[in-house]
Amino acid sequence: MSKILVIAEHLGGKLNPSTARAVSAAAAVKPEAIDVLVLADAPDAIAAEAAKIDGVSRVLTVTRAENAHPLAAVLAPQIAKAATGYSHVFAPSTTFGKDVAPRVAALLGVAQVSDVMSVEAAHTFKRPIYAGNAIITVEADANHTVVATIRTASWPAAASGANSAPIEALTIDAALPTHTRFIELKQGSSDRPDLQSASKVVSGGRGVGSKENFDIIYKFADKIGAAVGASRAAVDAGYVPNEMQVGQTGKIIAPELYMAIGISGAIQHLTGIKDAGTIVAINKDGEAPIFEIADFGLVGDLFKLIPELEQALG
Amino acid sequence: MKILVGYKRVVDYNVRIQVKPDGSGVVTDGVKLSANPFDDIALEEALRLREKGVAEEVIVVGIGPADLTSHLRNGLAMGANRAIHVLTSEAVQPLTAARIFLKLIEKEQPGLVILGKQAIDDDANQTGQMLAALWDRPQATFAGKVEIADGKATVTREVDAGLEVIEAELPAVITTDLRLNEPRFIKLPDIMKAKSKPIDSIEFSSLGVDTHDHLKTTHYAAPAKRSKGVMVKDAAELVAALKQKGLL
Ligand SMILES: Cc1cc2nc3c(=O)[nH]c(=O)nc-3n(C[C@H](O)[C@H](O)[C@H](O)COP(=O)(O)OP(=O)(O)OC[C@H]3O[C@@H](n4cnc5c(N)ncnc54)[C@H](O)[C@@H]3O)c2cc1C
Ligand SMILES: Cc1cc2nc3c(=O)[nH]c(=O)nc-3n(C[C@H](O)[C@H](O)[C@H](O)COP(=O)(O)OP(=O)(O)OC[C@H]3O[C@@H](n4cnc5c(N)ncnc54)[C@H](O)[C@@H]3O)c2cc1C
Repeated sequence: MSKILVIAEHLGGKLNPSTARAVSAAAAVKPEAIDVLVLADAPDAIAAEAAKIDGVSRVLTVTRAENAHPLAAVLAPQIAKAATGYSHVFAPSTTFGKDVAPRVAALLGVAQVSDVMSVEAAHTFKRPIYAGNAIITVEADANHTVVATIRTASWPAAASGANSAPIEALTIDAALPTHTRFIELKQGSSDRPDLQSASKVVSGGRGVGSKENFDIIYKFADKIGAAVGASRAAVDAGYVPNEMQVGQTGKIIAPELYMAIGISGAIQHLTGIKDAGTIVAINKDGEAPIFEIADFGLVGDLFKLIPELEQALG
Repeated sequence: MKILVGYKRVVDYNVRIQVKPDGSGVVTDGVKLSANPFDDIALEEALRLREKGVAEEVIVVGIGPADLTSHLRNGLAMGANRAIHVLTSEAVQPLTAARIFLKLIEKEQPGLVILGKQAIDDDANQTGQMLAALWDRPQATFAGKVEIADGKATVTREVDAGLEVIEAELPAVITTDLRLNEPRFIKLPDIMKAKSKPIDSIEFSSLGVDTHDHLKTTHYAAPAKRSKGVMVKDAAELVAALKQKGLL
């Protein structure tokens, strides 16, 4: 029987919604238990949130001052120790999970399955390669712990509220390195919905033309209650900060509505939105590849069309 | 200080990969191969550190079959001092790649190892982190900015929440993100010069690297296709369509 340890991602005392998505993937393995591991300096509030997620058997907390910031070199030895007795260790395939999970896998001496899209059996998974242009079925060694990252866009967040899993404190005896130190996190402050979990996303590309012009995207997004994303070209050109990039090397998202404005539809961008419910493209070039995959396409100048959309919304 | 750079050859990012009809793999015969874009960035960063006087020697490492030599020559033409070619015709997964790098580290004693954050074929995003774990040294993944001074690297990392700055004592492993730098182009005279630079070939089997615990790929499939939708004539029609679907 399987027993799964899910590594909680959190920031500023709050549980990241990607954790509940990793719990969904864990549930698909049909395990005997799903435990969530919270490593933090003050884990109580985070653990309380995790305990409410459906399907969670227990929440395990490790309280250490060194866990104040998510440094892979510090967290991995603790996770590797906590993994004893578990058949699987899952982390979300966010920059947090991508950073720490391979370090855990190497400490355990096992391969890692990256970006799990579906669970075929306890040791058999599907994952994308070549920017999602091929999907492979991989089998991990059944005699070893499976370390995997979960492609969050492929999994709904497990429901929350009905559960109240027990919370237990763990003491982990692991020597932690001091060779890696956290200095600071520069965060774009925003009242807008979070890009990774928003149900609606409006993204702008190089076609928006400048940082100042991007206001038109923000304004429209605010009007419909959407998060704002961008193409790599828009980030590289300095219109918006890096955390807004959607695509193969940015965020992979699955909103119900995705609106690509002034984005051509390069394969690396499309990789990030394959699982979106409805894709809308607005582009002045009727031949732009984005129209090949858009559910609704509108050809024209974005600077003319966005005000018209706002007007049509009333 | 020496810098070891991962320099992997992959299918060029402009190639639209096709899955073989029988699901046994992807079509790679005759497709254009190039350096993994993240590895070009890794090499560029190493060269800049050498130009600044932070490093003396830049070594590119490729793991792969005999015909990898021409690819390694490109790395030498870009400016690496020498290359190490770990010869294998077998598929090398990230844990094995990390174990190979560890063997080379033991021999070369670099102050810094720079790898790509992911290779754009398997998109595994693992090798650097695994290497740092096996080496028991710091890792600074998804680097957007690197500064080296006083025996440590100060690295700005591109993370989901924004930009994270960490400090790592050397030696350390850094993995590159796209905005770290713009790699230089190779010039013709450099290609000539590269011909006389050394490539050290090492048989994979001679390294004594443990290769068990591999993932087995049993099937390849094309992704589910999104079908082409409809074109709407104006803003009003778009809003009406989205409202009808309950999206606005
Ligand atoms: C290894 C690698 C990884 C990458 N990862 C990513 C990634 O994660 N995410 C990503 O997005 N890209 C990524 N890219 C880059 C990708 O290949 C494209 O270069 C990028 O997505 C292009 O962005 P764009 O569509 O905004 O710009 P462009 O391709 O320049 O398109 C701009 C579009 O705007 C339209 N336009 C211009 N003006 C107007 C107007 N006034 N009104 C309406 N339309 C207008 C134009 O017709 C055009 O179609 C990656 C590339 C590589 C090599
Ligand atoms: C079914 C299958 C078939 C394969 N067939 C072959 C084959 O025929 N020939 C072959 O060579 N490989 C083959 N591979 C191996 C594969 O292409 C990758 O080398 C391996 O899985 C590492 O994954 P990655 O590059 O995505 O790792 P990542 O962790 O994404 O790589 C990150 C970084 O590590 C460094 N790195 C990783 N691998 C190498 C390398 N080989 N050389 C130099 N630097 C490296 C690079 O800096 C790279 O940017 C095969 C893999 C599979 C699963």
